[in-house]
Amino acid sequence: MSKFKKKSSEGQPAISTASLPDIVFMLLFFFMVVTVMRQNTLMVQNKLPFADQVEKLDKKDLVMYIYAGKPSPRYQQRFGSEARIQLNDKFANVGEVQQFIFAERETKREELIPYLTTALKVDEETNMGLVSDIKQELRKAEALKINYTTKQGEALQNMQ
Amino acid sequence: MARRSAPEVNAGSMADIAFLLLIFFLVTTTIETDSGISRKLPPWQDEEQDPPVIKERNIFQVLVNANNQLLVNEEEMEIEELRQAAVEFLDNGGGTGDEACDFCQGPADPSSSVNPTKAIISLVNNRGTEYGTYIAVQNELVAAYNQLRDREAQRLFGTSYTEMEARYNDSRTSEGAKETLKERIELIKDMIPQKLSEAEPTG
Repeated sequence: MSKFKKKSSEGQPAISTASLPDIVFMLLFFFMVVTVMRQNTLMVQNKLPFADQVEKLDKKDLVMYIYAGKPSPRYQQRFGSEARIQLNDKFANVGEVQQFIFAERETKREELIPYLTTALKVDEETNMGLVSDIKQELRKAEALKINYTTKQGEALQNMQ
Repeated sequence: MARRSAPEVNAGSMADIAFLLLIFFLVTTTIETDSGISRKLPPWQDEEQDPPVIKERNIFQVLVNANNQLLVNEEEMEIEELRQAAVEFLDNGGGTGDEACDFCQGPADPSSSVNPTKAIISLVNNRGTEYGTYIAVQNELVAAYNQLRDREAQRLFGTSYTEMEARYNDSRTSEGAKETLKERIELIKDMIPQKLSEAEPTG
């Protein structure tokens, strides 16, 4: 008789799934380790523009984040569709930026204050008027180191 | 009676539990972007200051309007051409005597810049300009500076400027190597300083 028939007559041995939990756990630990929980829940649309001349921000704890963009769809009824600034977990006016910077500085050690960087995470459709208002406020608060957070990519994609 | 052997715990559902957790972490993971274009803002000044006198030939003016169109030195330009135009302007090297530029490779056009140390790029945008466009323009201008710096670093030290900066910021580089790198980076920065001035937006 042929080989195949012979085998099937004996019944196929079941594939052992005993190592499946191990594999899954390995993946689980990988994701647990790489996951960085977001500090802030985003309340604005945040489609970052592309750029390729980028520098990396290495010290995460020395970065202050300012978000700006149109409110997300579920907030649009309450806050309208005009671009807004988001500081921590709430919408803010331009005037509150300075306060935010001072409050952030309070939480840091004194010798680290000169190294603080402000990362601007601004939606690509935002008008420059808002962004330059933020920049003026940052100048007044003497937070002069800024970083326009961008995605890695060809900058020409922003124009389409 | 002898002790009974404990019944084996069924581990069959272990995989399910692990899968559940795995899917939870998969869904909640957001890869945060943490790179971008770094800039330094000028300090705040209370009083209006008289602008310093700069020869017109040393200014490369970039205007962006509310429709995201570019006007470079009073001529319309597409963003694709901006980088090359900026490089040509910076690298012109039209100076003589004290202002001479000994490494520039430009045509020494008398209507363009004298020396990269004197050349200033002025960027003015409208309040209605889209942020994406602004970043694209910034990116192209920074790229123009980096291109020239890379070229000079390649000529002087046989390595590119961006490479040197990356090595300088790498924590694995030894202190001694960092010292020389810093010196070299400073030298290149002195040769081709990034003079990018931004005016307050119009309209």
